[in-house]
Amino acid sequence: MHWIDYVNPHSVREATELLAEHGESARILAGGTDLLVLLRGGTMDNVNLVVDGKSIPELNEVTYDPQAGLTLGAAVPCYKIYNNQAVAHAYPGLIDTASLIGGTQIQGRATLGGNLCNAAPSGDSIPAMIALSGVANIAGPSGNRSVPVEDFCTAPRQTVLKRGEMLVSLHFPPPVPNSGARYLRFIPRNEMDIAVAGAGVSVVLDNGTIKSARVSLASVAPTPLFVKEAGEALVGMPATEESVRIASGLARDAARPITDMRGTIEYRKHLCEVLTRRALLTAIERAKEA
Amino acid sequence: MTTTAYEPNMVLVNETFDVVGTRPIRHDGADKVTGRALYGADFDTAGLLHGKILRSPHAHARIKSIDTSKAEALPGVLAIVTAKDLPTTKAGVIVDFGEGNMELKYLRDNILASDKALYKGHAIAAVAASSPHVAEEAAALIDVQYEVLEPVLTAPEGMKEGAPLVHEDLKTEELGEKTDKSSNLASHFRHTKGDLDQGFQEADIVVEREFNTVTVHQGYIEPHPATALWNQDGRLHIWCSTQGAFVVRDSCAQILDIPVSQIRVVPMEIGGGFGGKINVYLEPVAALLSKKTGHAVKIVMSRADCFEGTGPTPGSYVKVKIGAKNDGTITAAHAYLAYEAGAYPGSPVGAGGMCVFSAYDIDNVVIDGYDVVVNKPKTAAYRAPGAPNAAFATEQVVDELANKLGMDPIDLRLKNAAKEGTRRADGPVFPRIGCVEVLEAMKSHPHYSAPLEGPNRGRGVSIGFWFNIGLASSCSISVNDDGTINLVEGSTDIGGTRASIAMQAAEVLGIAAEDVRPSVADTDSVGYTAVTGGSRTTFATGWAAYEAAQDVKRQMIERAATVWEVDADSVEFDKGAFKSKTDPELSMSFKDLAGRLSSTGGPIVGRAAVNPQGAGGSFAGNIVDVEVDPETGKVEVLRFTAVQDVGKAIHPSYVEGQMQGGSAQGIGWALNEEYYMGEQGQMTNTSLLDYRMPTSLDLPMIDTVIVEVANPGHPFGVRGVGEANIIPPTPAIANAIHSATGLRLERLPMNPGAVTEAGWKQRK
Amino acid sequence: MPGKTYVQATINGEHTDFLCEPRQSLLEVLRDVIGLTGTKEGCNDGNCGACTIILDGRIVTPCLVLAVEAEGKEMTTIEGIANGSTLHPIQQSFLENAALQCGICTPGFIVATKALLDENPNPTEYEIRFWLANNLCRCTGYDKIIRAVQDAATTMQEAKA
Repeated sequence: MHWIDYVNPHSVREATELLAEHGESARILAGGTDLLVLLRGGTMDNVNLVVDGKSIPELNEVTYDPQAGLTLGAAVPCYKIYNNQAVAHAYPGLIDTASLIGGTQIQGRATLGGNLCNAAPSGDSIPAMIALSGVANIAGPSGNRSVPVEDFCTAPRQTVLKRGEMLVSLHFPPPVPNSGARYLRFIPRNEMDIAVAGAGVSVVLDNGTIKSARVSLASVAPTPLFVKEAGEALVGMPATEESVRIASGLARDAARPITDMRGTIEYRKHLCEVLTRRALLTAIERAKEA
Repeated sequence: MTTTAYEPNMVLVNETFDVVGTRPIRHDGADKVTGRALYGADFDTAGLLHGKILRSPHAHARIKSIDTSKAEALPGVLAIVTAKDLPTTKAGVIVDFGEGNMELKYLRDNILASDKALYKGHAIAAVAASSPHVAEEAAALIDVQYEVLEPVLTAPEGMKEGAPLVHEDLKTEELGEKTDKSSNLASHFRHTKGDLDQGFQEADIVVEREFNTVTVHQGYIEPHPATALWNQDGRLHIWCSTQGAFVVRDSCAQILDIPVSQIRVVPMEIGGGFGGKINVYLEPVAALLSKKTGHAVKIVMSRADCFEGTGPTPGSYVKVKIGAKNDGTITAAHAYLAYEAGAYPGSPVGAGGMCVFSAYDIDNVVIDGYDVVVNKPKTAAYRAPGAPNAAFATEQVVDELANKLGMDPIDLRLKNAAKEGTRRADGPVFPRIGCVEVLEAMKSHPHYSAPLEGPNRGRGVSIGFWFNIGLASSCSISVNDDGTINLVEGSTDIGGTRASIAMQAAEVLGIAAEDVRPSVADTDSVGYTAVTGGSRTTFATGWAAYEAAQDVKRQMIERAATVWEVDADSVEFDKGAFKSKTDPELSMSFKDLAGRLSSTGGPIVGRAAVNPQGAGGSFAGNIVDVEVDPETGKVEVLRFTAVQDVGKAIHPSYVEGQMQGGSAQGIGWALNEEYYMGEQGQMTNTSLLDYRMPTSLDLPMIDTVIVEVANPGHPFGVRGVGEANIIPPTPAIANAIHSATGLRLERLPMNPGAVTEAGWKQRK
Repeated sequence: MPGKTYVQATINGEHTDFLCEPRQSLLEVLRDVIGLTGTKEGCNDGNCGACTIILDGRIVTPCLVLAVEAEGKEMTTIEGIANGSTLHPIQQSFLENAALQCGICTPGFIVATKALLDENPNPTEYEIRFWLANNLCRCTGYDKIIRAVQDAATTMQEAKA
């Protein structure tokens, strides 16, 4: 690896000042499971300052309140999410993704915040967070702002973060009654793999009718894809497989994958239908149990 | 230490043994569970420098210039080498690796490319520096100008008229004769037996299919490491992880043009090889860097280097045609095997031709083999190299014949099974073999009759043959005065062979396995020993240990005779004790006599060097249950039974381990593993994430059935067990997928996308 | 070029300090600076698990940790698993079950198993396979490894009872 410097700030302000000063040549380090691989891989030769975010209190926050929802610091590793009973109970759709990123060791380090900032089309947690109406809390030299997760990634490995800005935390609204969410991805192995396609969904039911729904896809577009029309098509429909098929068909149509080592265009579009349908059916089951 | 009683599933060895067939704890075990065992990358020495190799980004390119000036200027850089630093080589010199060979000029060019880069990952230059990071930075500063050429990537493509030539000077060898034809086809061979046309005329049914497989890698977890110190006295010392220390010594001597006696190779512990750690890659480069700097230089490959810069096993195109009578008798078989050699001639198509039909007794056979150079890494051995590609075809065609004839697939195989006296199309006549016994063990296994519960499930079977090899091994044994022995051997221990070799010596001397101290020596300290490969180590080095122990026994008998002042002829050794044949009072245990050696004439050292023939082929069969997700095409292996004729299991646990490991590699090969190549010949999945070898969550328990049909060519009946087990999984899984879905998969890997798209194609 | 960083940490129960460059991974420093070569490198990108260590109670792959991040942390490597001159029951079980062939993945498996059984003393086969999916073994097909973990769990449970 080329030479890098390492700093370990203890406040958001200290970190954003460093980021503002160094611009593109500085990167925030959370779990490092993507960043260190990229630094070694020769695609980040311009980066020479690593700013460790793990000593900043706000980045380690895990606060759940049934009225206020969940605030998840950007540097909280996956295992701390699924080992948190209250969070696991309130957000099973989030646990789906936290427990399938990498393997046990990776989950000891990898963070949802890092997954979002890495902005890979295949980022497993991103569709799950979109489905849960997650919001990214950003701090920067000119103050704080919030961006819905679906608007955060702008292109492969590109985000809305401007010079000096960093992701501080993710916020999820409290689960409403009769709601359910699910993230499902398809991989050729059973663990340790990158999604060929993934679907994150959520539904809110009202007496057997779908009150609202959100559908999002991974690995089938330059960024994780929020398929707004698929969720909207379900509003007012009965919570049946027939209805679900309409939404999953829309998800398939919305997918814009490429052919690569993970699969062909046709196969990946097909998977979007299958995964969206399966995920929605599970989300409906979860909503009925909730 | 516990030794569990051993009950083999089928025994055709009538002898009983005290040590052979038990399960002692391996001698190197404690070192390997505490992290104390030293592997190649763990080596350190004063003043050690770190090397890094610059590799070609192009699959096929002429090297126009190499400018190393910027790299040399980087602080911490001590030396840079290119192909110009290698001595020039004489044409026509063949270097033999034991499991494969290669022409010296090709071997040299593979170490560092001279005029052309022939694959992405081909080594171009190397740097020695004060740290691995500096070496890497310096390598990136070397400026190489290339003229990029069109690559050729598959065997059928390479054989086409007008295909880009990998080597302008390569002439095709046609049926043993050199021709004047410049081509990527290095050679074409043919085996014939009987009259093929007549055979097909006799058939009531003929099935013919074409199959394609792609490049896969051995996937050992330890990346290649090598450290070299070209000492100031002119001697070259090499510490590396290799399957054959003597192969490294001899290859380096040839490549560097120095006598073998100037090289000492120290084999460190080795983290997997499966055939891929026989050829040298790093050692000569580290040696050159050491010579230039006067320091020891260590080079360790990255994982991407392992995929792109070593020797995988080839992709292939195989066409198999088999005819049978309505009663199931196979009357004729034809195979067309075209294998990718990689950048230099020498694919394992020869072995493919030896194995393609060898599980069957067929009167009329033609086997055509084509060795084709392409712009991919030069292929190397990988567990039964060449045989899985062929069996993927044969065993699916046989399965289809069984379906069409309405026969049980094992019965069809039994009806045509090879047995003692069967002549293979490539010449050899089988001695006692266990093909029938393996098939019978499969048929009677509860797995085969268990119901398949649930939809989308299927069951497949198949069988595979590997010939195994003998080759030279050396061993010496010295007797300690506490009744233990020190055993020195030259076979690197890749999976428990210290134990399986020590146990054979212990059996001869009537002592416990734990009373043997086995050690693997460097090339200065033990006689020539060929590679740990070809399923030969427990067979041949075990035999050397057996003979060395016999030598000890003879000398001990003489010593007992001296002590008792009797004739040596009147002393015998039985159940661990020396006894007089005539006087029952005269008896001494091995331990007692060992304690008296120093006072009765001094130490005893036994020695042996063997070069055994009669390795005795091994047959392996599988029963596999799968479930196929009808929507995603994903294949889950639900149940897997591996059956193999092992001759005699010396250490049954490690025999089972070989069977399970070969099965797991076969499952990975069947379902997901592949070099996914971009159009310009760039492998795009060079990480263990994207190469997708099976994880623990991808496999079921792998049941093993050890069949023991004693090999008449070994004192304990041993057959090599390392390789045959990787042959049956790919076709057995293909047959199981067919049974579940009706789809005949003609291409590896049978990954979810491939299965789904095959279904779409069928429905069209 | 800036200099090295001074780091203090606890490794296998002992206070340790070392100098490192910020670009050096914890794996590189454990092996090449501290000399704990029992931790193996198989891929250097977190996908093989051969380098698994316990870092502040949780298994990680130190190839994906910078050595400078180890400041003030506690680590257990394979060298810290045995109880003095006695093998840990997991190590003993790996030997008795012949759960290793070449042995390069073994330290990582043993450390990962230690963390598993500390957290879940009686895991199911699925739980074992799931937990260990970040550890690749190419020799054994995992069968004997899974059995070794099951046996070790039983032994350790019995020792507690």
